[in-house]
Amino acid sequence: MDYRTPLSRAKGLGSAKSGTGHWWMQRVTAVALIPLSFWLIKFLGLSLTAPYQQTLDWLTSPINSICIVVWIIAAFYHAALGLQVVIEDYVAAEGPKIISIWAVNLFFLFLAIAALLAVFRIVSIG
Amino acid sequence: MAEFTLPKNSVLIEGKTFKAPVSAKNIRRFEVYRWDPSSSEIPRIDTFELDMDSCGPMVLDAILKIKNEIDSSLTFRRSCREGVCGSCAMTINGKNSLACTKAIDSYTGTIKIYPLPHMSVVKDLVADMTHFFAQYASIKPWIETQTPPPADVERLQSKEDREKLDGLYDCILCACCSTSCPSYWWNSERYLGPAVLLQAYRWLVDSRDENTGERLDELEDPFKLYRCHTIMNCTDTCPKGLNPAKAIAETKKLLVQRKLG
Repeated sequence: MDYRTPLSRAKGLGSAKSGTGHWWMQRVTAVALIPLSFWLIKFLGLSLTAPYQQTLDWLTSPINSICIVVWIIAAFYHAALGLQVVIEDYVAAEGPKIISIWAVNLFFLFLAIAALLAVFRIVSIG
Repeated sequence: MAEFTLPKNSVLIEGKTFKAPVSAKNIRRFEVYRWDPSSSEIPRIDTFELDMDSCGPMVLDAILKIKNEIDSSLTFRRSCREGVCGSCAMTINGKNSLACTKAIDSYTGTIKIYPLPHMSVVKDLVADMTHFFAQYASIKPWIETQTPPPADVERLQSKEDREKLDGLYDCILCACCSTSCPSYWWNSERYLGPAVLLQAYRWLVDSRDENTGERLDELEDPFKLYRCHTIMNCTDTCPKGLNPAKAIAETKKLLVQRKLG
């Protein structure tokens, strides 16, 4: 028998006093991805028919390398934030919830670092 | 983890059918959810055929006619019968609303009546509102001030400030919005839901309240507030035409404003 009052149950552990940063960064990255994704589609479209060396040359130009680096950071950050929300929505049990959130965040961190290293390699070696 | 198997009470069986009197010419069918959790029976759908020539115009009139004339064991809440008390909130043809303000004529064919979704059922159409009202109490829905009240007058408010409460104070806490929200279905232990968040915002924008910061502190939580993903089921279903989704969005804006200045 649970003798806790309904109010005690409703208040639970109280407020985490966080969450605004998460929500706000999801919006910031979403807005940033609108122009950046147009650029990426254009770039991928061009490099689809261009020779390999030409694509590398394009990528090493400052404006393109900045765009791809910002796109990688924004896209993977946005994906990690978004998937965390999905997990919080649908995974109720505390253990699997925390493990999945860790897994998702580490996975996208790993992908982002791998992608950034590839870009730096192209920029520095060509 | 998510529950992949549903409890046996989620399966509905066909119940009794009550035919209209043979003399009836204008017949409407009503399918009504029936369940008594204290019995071992599983929920059933009873079918009632009503003579519309001797029935009032609203869905609540039909339910009352069933209780008065056909099956007195049908259990539901009702009080004001004019959309002010919020007691008769139920799911009518798949949409949460007040039975007393929905005209039978606004539906075609059979009218299906269920209790509010994803709430514990007390009996038939009566949902257990204990947690919902406890959540309402948890946001301290009353004025909080440090300044003592003025000696001879009430706490004054400009007309413009009073207008900010329109569309917020009008909520009758029927829970149609909260129980239409999937986030509330999945996480109602922690997510406050649209109805309670609308009331929280009502006190955030009240110019006479002096605890805005503390109220925002209490709301800033991934579960209490940020389970809202603005799908707007709440606004769509509100029988009073209010906009809880906007109140929640405004609350999020206040939190960002506080953070970023």
